[in-house]
Amino acid sequence: MDVDNSQRRMAAYMRDHQDKVVDRWTELVVAGLRGRSSAAEVRRELEDLYSLVTRSMSGSDEPAAGEQAMGELRAALTELSRSRARNGFTPSETALGMFALKDAVYELVADSADLVPDYLAFSRVVDDLGLHTFETYAAAREQIIADQAEAMLELSTPVVRLWDGIIAVPLVGTLDSARTQLVMEKLLETLVATGADHAVLDITGVPTVDTEVAQHLLKTVSAARLLGAECIVSGIRPQVAQTIVSLGIEFGDIATKATLADALAHALRSTGQKVGPA
Amino acid sequence: MERVPILKIGTTLFVSIQIDLQDESVMRLQEDLAEELAATGARGVIIDITAVEIVDSFIGRMLAMIGSISRLFDAETVLVGMRPAVAITLTELGLSLRGVRTALNAEKGLALLNGSA
Repeated sequence: MDVDNSQRRMAAYMRDHQDKVVDRWTELVVAGLRGRSSAAEVRRELEDLYSLVTRSMSGSDEPAAGEQAMGELRAALTELSRSRARNGFTPSETALGMFALKDAVYELVADSADLVPDYLAFSRVVDDLGLHTFETYAAAREQIIADQAEAMLELSTPVVRLWDGIIAVPLVGTLDSARTQLVMEKLLETLVATGADHAVLDITGVPTVDTEVAQHLLKTVSAARLLGAECIVSGIRPQVAQTIVSLGIEFGDIATKATLADALAHALRSTGQKVGPA
Repeated sequence: MERVPILKIGTTLFVSIQIDLQDESVMRLQEDLAEELAATGARGVIIDITAVEIVDSFIGRMLAMIGSISRLFDAETVLVGMRPAVAITLTELGLSLRGVRTALNAEKGLALLNGSA
């Protein structure tokens, strides 16, 4: 139980020198953040953390209270690293907040040799907390990326009405199965809702067409056909046409056009509508 | 087993499926329709599946077969009112119902038959 004793002694020592350590800690952290948070703000955060650290380290007197303080401390750190991740701080800046405490304490205990084992026990606690900070930071960043991917998916699949009975889907970005599914659902729902019987799939914004993308396009077209709507694929660029031919992709009897305008003209012709000068 | 009624309107047979399709009822429908086609000499069949929410590969194949049978009687089949979810399911199953024509609703289906007659 040496480690527990060391931790307890260190906790008592840190409580006695609270003001000094927190001052130095604040100083180090503020310097590391390069003026993105005010000193008063940082101090308030660190004071809370500091008292939680000392309480959780003196835990062997009352294990329940120590565990509770540890839980609170982890929750507080989670919250802190999440907000750091959201505000665009780097991983080192976030982790530094915790590790600077070691430096601040070390400067005090450096001269007294008898405190070395205690300091080592304390150092291990801080390392654990630093790792926890880093982990939650990474998790928060991943969450942000996932949210953005989802938002992009929503944004990138509009279905627009071009004319009476003609709708268009301008596809922008890579077509993977998740997006194809979304595009297909939206297209079919719009076909039913508007009663349109022609749909133009415009792939001007699709960077590359490989066999997989073509497969997805064909699937969408045959689903629309089952509803009784005719599909036209437009926006085929010269390079894309070359790729399609050299990959041996067959579009079968699906009409393909170079531009959206050509596709609209084709659809107007086959619905028997005419547009002329007013 | 529930039976699907077949209505004759002019030279068109109209079938509206309002029940959850079981394998047996689809097979029965196929038989009834063949007999009706032979008896009336109808030129077109409209199958309305607006109320059908679930299809499996068997029902998909039976629908395609109904189309082929009608063609033997020189009648054109139009499947109308398919729901998006049903269309996606059939596509995923690899059934594109080549021999059957489709339309968004019964009105367009009738127009399709009349236009091609």
